[in-house]
Amino acid sequence: MSEVKGRFREKIYIRRSHISLPGIKVAEEYPGLYEYANFELPQEELFLPGHGLCGSCTIGVIARHMLKVLGPDTIVVNPTGCAEVSTVVYPRTNWAVPWIHVAFGNGGSVASGIEAAIKVLKRRGVIDPGRKINVVVFAGDGGTADIGFQALSGMLERGHRVIYIMYDNEGYMNTGIQRSGTTPLGASATTSPAGKKVPGNVTHKKPMAAIAAAHGIPYVATANPAYVHDMVYKIKKAAEVDGPSFIHILQSCTPGWRFEPKYAIRLLELATETGYWINYEIEHGEFRVTIPIPKRKRVKCFLELQGRFKHLKPEEIETIQKIIDRDVEEINKIVGKEVIGPVDPELPCITPRGPR
Amino acid sequence: MTIQLPIQKEEVVKQKRIALTGNHAVALAVKMARAEVIAAYPITPQTPVVEKLAEYVNNGELDAEFIPVESEHSAMSAVIGASAMGARTFTETSSQGLAHMYENLPIAVGMRLPIVMGVAVRTYSAPINVWGDYSDVMSMRELGWIIYIAQTAQEAFDTVIQAYRVAEDSRVHLPVVVAYDGFWTSHVLQPLDVPEDEEEVVKFAPVTRNWVRLDVDNPAQLGAVGTPEWYWEIRWQAVEALRGSLKVIEEVDYEYGKRFGRSYGLVTPYRLDDAELAIVTYGSVFGLVKRVVDRLRSEGVRAGALRVRVLRPWPGELFKKLLSHVDKVVVMDRTINHGGPLYGPVAVELGATLARPIYSFLATIGMRAIDSDMIYEAVMKVHRGLWAPGYTYTVGLRGGYE
Repeated sequence: MSEVKGRFREKIYIRRSHISLPGIKVAEEYPGLYEYANFELPQEELFLPGHGLCGSCTIGVIARHMLKVLGPDTIVVNPTGCAEVSTVVYPRTNWAVPWIHVAFGNGGSVASGIEAAIKVLKRRGVIDPGRKINVVVFAGDGGTADIGFQALSGMLERGHRVIYIMYDNEGYMNTGIQRSGTTPLGASATTSPAGKKVPGNVTHKKPMAAIAAAHGIPYVATANPAYVHDMVYKIKKAAEVDGPSFIHILQSCTPGWRFEPKYAIRLLELATETGYWINYEIEHGEFRVTIPIPKRKRVKCFLELQGRFKHLKPEEIETIQKIIDRDVEEINKIVGKEVIGPVDPELPCITPRGPR
Repeated sequence: MTIQLPIQKEEVVKQKRIALTGNHAVALAVKMARAEVIAAYPITPQTPVVEKLAEYVNNGELDAEFIPVESEHSAMSAVIGASAMGARTFTETSSQGLAHMYENLPIAVGMRLPIVMGVAVRTYSAPINVWGDYSDVMSMRELGWIIYIAQTAQEAFDTVIQAYRVAEDSRVHLPVVVAYDGFWTSHVLQPLDVPEDEEEVVKFAPVTRNWVRLDVDNPAQLGAVGTPEWYWEIRWQAVEALRGSLKVIEEVDYEYGKRFGRSYGLVTPYRLDDAELAIVTYGSVFGLVKRVVDRLRSEGVRAGALRVRVLRPWPGELFKKLLSHVDKVVVMDRTINHGGPLYGPVAVELGATLARPIYSFLATIGMRAIDSDMIYEAVMKVHRGLWAPGYTYTVGLRGGYE
């Protein structure tokens, strides 16, 4: 990034663009994109109501759909984070499936142990060998990208058959909105506050999906609860592959991002519409953008609804726009065509609701 | 060392005598106990245990999953996961490895998982020192684990098998650590008797699988948030279980003796009955201590000795019973209790148990060499009144307190 503007000039650190994995291939055209792909989800609820998540928190959306796809024969490993502290507070629980929380930084290794135990117990006839039991890690960005990174990498490298779902609310929201490795550039968090000299966080999101893909695992995806069909289909695919799978899901955080609760899903939609968040998958090394965006909205539309970006000056927003442009350009280069379109300044930030 | 039990010879299962290092004896015990999931990370001096276990698994001699994890933190996490799933588990570590997994150790207790862990003891860095003293396992005293300290390869072998039976007993459901001297036990080839028929071990310690597990047919939640309204009661159950495990440990040890011909008790007394001076210690050096006792006896000093085998739960009543008549109790500690009331942890605990001043000295720190003459001289200083109780002296330290 040569042109850095505003107060970022002093301290900014911008990593290179993120998907540049050697040997990545482009998947064939897909008949009908995931957004419209449909299959029946059961009526049965396995993530039960009555949890303590914040109003309009989208963790619940992810957890609920995740269990609808995976079904009752699922064991959830939930490292420390918002989901853990708000759903299983003795003596109540919101999970109708076996659930375990051990510590913050070990979701990957606890799941490794569970998966290994299932294998050996099947061999010894304790568990019916024909029964498919899903092991899923449901972890936040801190428990995945930061403190849990080593355990995750070990799990992926050893090839345990575990579905790893990372809900990314872009900060340590559970402990009160501290920055994490996935906090975006310019976001104000309590450990990267918007100051007079430094306008919030000076780094931009750790590319977790690309890092997971670099392990050579069979299935990696990014998803967004605003595109729920796309998300559930990816979880279904992740459960079906033979080996580890990793899904990076963007999750809006009402108190952390500081937006009006009614915008929880709209904001996530804007993340994809602006190119800030691109929904893609890497299936057996083949790359595919699952939600193409013919024309992008300005990233400003995504930023201006959130209190954590309120302090940014126009030229600083311009820097963020440049990073988004660069990432989009790279995605298009990989795919070989303009799968994410150019910014159209004419597009209104909020598109009126209607059938998509 | 071994308590003689009135056992009919023919009742004891057939054994064969072999030679193994302490580490390989532990690995063999784990194999005979048919552990199902083993997760471990290499660290000197325990590495040969997990190497051997990986060998057993890859040769098809043990039908288990061996997870070559990327750290000790993950080793303990993986065995917690596997144990929560209902598998019989094993891991082993030393020193910094134990410190690295420390966060997960009290969690295994709170979840009441019957994990068995070996520790070939090694001191803590810095300076980095791979040799054996008891710094690592001593820092587990407050956590709620059952802690055994074995003296020999034979005892380490027997104790691992006993540990599975104790841990998985429905009255206990607690993790157990079996510690033994790094190098002096872990790497020294020793003769030991092992059952000819491995089935006998599983018959003695069958996998109970009666602890709270992750079962898709009967979903349970492990590791819930325990608010101030609930935490204490939940944790207290583990406290009571640890207290009650003393009885189970004794019971299992006795049963083991009946089946395999070897029992050790909670502590091992030596010539204590009429002793006026007792040397208390733990680990492999007890052999030297017994030699010192014999020498003192031959010189007319009524000496005795006591080896701590079960450190947690602390067998306080037994100490009172065995040591109340002893005039001078000398504790030879093998780790530094930095800045404590006495600089030896067992000396502090024994002082609190006996409610009187204890003679204390440190030895073998960082595996500093020791011989029976050095122990003899130290004990003679106590006997002659040159050393006072309530202070910690050192044996073998240049410029130390002698």
